[in-house]
Amino acid sequence: MAGIPFFVEGTTMNHVIVGAGPAGVIASETLSRMGHGGRITVLSDEPEPPYSRMAIPYLLAENIDEEGTCLRHTDGHYDGLGITVKHDSVTAIDAAAKSLSLASGVSLAFDRLLLATGAHPIRPPIPGMDLEKVMSCWTLADARRIMEHAKPGDNVVLMGAGFIGCIILEALVARQVNLTVIEMADRMVARMMDRTGGDMIAAWCREKGVDVHVSTRVNGVSRNSDGSLTLDLEGKAPVSADLVVCATGVASNTGFLEGSGIETDIGVMVDEHLETSVPGIYAAGDVAAGFDFMTGGHDVHAIQPTASEHGRIAALNMAGNRTAYRGSLVMNTLNTLGLISTSYGLWDGVEGGDVATAADARAYRYLRLNFRDDVLVGCLALGLTQHVGVLRGLIQTKTPLGKWKDVLMADPHQIMSAYLATAQDASRRAA
Amino acid sequence: MQKSLLIDPDKCTSCLQCEMACSFEHEGSFNPARSRIKIFEFEHGKRAVPYTCTQCAEAWCVHACPVEALVRNPVTGAVEVKDDVCVGCKVCTIACPFGTVNYNPDTGKVIKCDLCHGDPKCAEACPTDAIVYVDSSWTGLDRMRRWAGHVDTNQSAKA
Repeated sequence: MAGIPFFVEGTTMNHVIVGAGPAGVIASETLSRMGHGGRITVLSDEPEPPYSRMAIPYLLAENIDEEGTCLRHTDGHYDGLGITVKHDSVTAIDAAAKSLSLASGVSLAFDRLLLATGAHPIRPPIPGMDLEKVMSCWTLADARRIMEHAKPGDNVVLMGAGFIGCIILEALVARQVNLTVIEMADRMVARMMDRTGGDMIAAWCREKGVDVHVSTRVNGVSRNSDGSLTLDLEGKAPVSADLVVCATGVASNTGFLEGSGIETDIGVMVDEHLETSVPGIYAAGDVAAGFDFMTGGHDVHAIQPTASEHGRIAALNMAGNRTAYRGSLVMNTLNTLGLISTSYGLWDGVEGGDVATAADARAYRYLRLNFRDDVLVGCLALGLTQHVGVLRGLIQTKTPLGKWKDVLMADPHQIMSAYLATAQDASRRAA
Repeated sequence: MQKSLLIDPDKCTSCLQCEMACSFEHEGSFNPARSRIKIFEFEHGKRAVPYTCTQCAEAWCVHACPVEALVRNPVTGAVEVKDDVCVGCKVCTIACPFGTVNYNPDTGKVIKCDLCHGDPKCAEACPTDAIVYVDSSWTGLDRMRRWAGHVDTNQSAKA
């Protein structure tokens, strides 16, 4: 059979990967490159070539075209690696028979299965969420609809100012709409920023002309006779809009696993080998509740680095190369109209741990370091763009900072010096 | 034979010629703030450490990129940023545990050391040989690699 360069004689292992996002694609590439290919099939339930949802805001802002959202750019990339990308979706899974039922009516057998089905946007249970001009921003199809409807000067309400909401916020402002943001939590990006940082981001957005309402609940959306929408707000005057973009959270795509025997919670439960409760079936990325590096517990980290690491390590295990994963470190970075924010790990601190902060609200600068003893366990930064990654380095290596912790307590901005000093000391010890 | 930057902080006098040369090569102006190599001073200037990407094998940045904008140059071994593909999401800047990929707000793209496509200007500009461009097999590189290996966070054990 052409197109399978790494076919190993004597094996006809069927590797099936459900989902063509970063986790699925990286897993398929890893399998292929390991030379344990057998057959590698990636199922995508969208018509486009595998693409990155993360790139969608940049498409909305018209910085890139649809081609620019592709995960891979080389012609024949998947064929060349012996990977078949099949546009179909799974309706049911028979774990015992090792068979998938597909929407097209056929069934697909597997020996090793990877669930990389990602997540889907969820909307609050309030009236009007099914109206035509209430849109999610998740898929390329969603992006096309928003681009068609969000014209310069339109009144657009963005519901939700979490991470995804804030990334869309930037894109909507680039489309020159009149933007109102409504967030239920007491601050913007509540899951990656404390009150100090969240308030600074809100103040920054307001300064840039975006009407931001936090601690505000939408009771319902209704359609007026002229086609416009009215949002009924709890305790506040109603807001009218030509378009509502809903970014009120996502949930893992686990629905099709009901009755399969695969254990799910907030996502598909996986062990340190990314294997589910059913041997031979693995999960990776936004659908997987894997180990959290900091807490040791299970969590869904719906971020690109986790998807990438999950995909690679799941594939190693699927191919029989038993590899344990230490767990994912939660990390995010966001550009909100030019203000860069970053968070890592236990950004809200730990009980009994020291916290070093440096805040300058006028300059929109903020740095918060959280320690357990003399080890950095989490941090927040606003306005930091240089050498940010060393924060990951320090957290993930659990480097004891020793006397450098005192330096950082006095001045958190000394982080790069602390990193170089402690990392170099470590390297000298190793030498 | 692939070559690598070998950095000896003990020889660095903090003259910043490397930062000048780097920014001029990449940005067309002498702007150390946009240099891909940076000098960090310790003990009130008594010690200086030139610091840049080691083009590590793990390539955290490459794996973290959602759009394949970071690609290893097979000739030089350097991981290069494809400016026309980079969307500016900055995930590589937080994924790299060495902090050697930086966001450039002026262009909305990330920047990192690309070894000047095999002719690194920092090494050429360094008057004291604190930065030299040598065969990758040179033994002094082991120490730098161990430093890199110290931050290998992906795998804990192979059974």
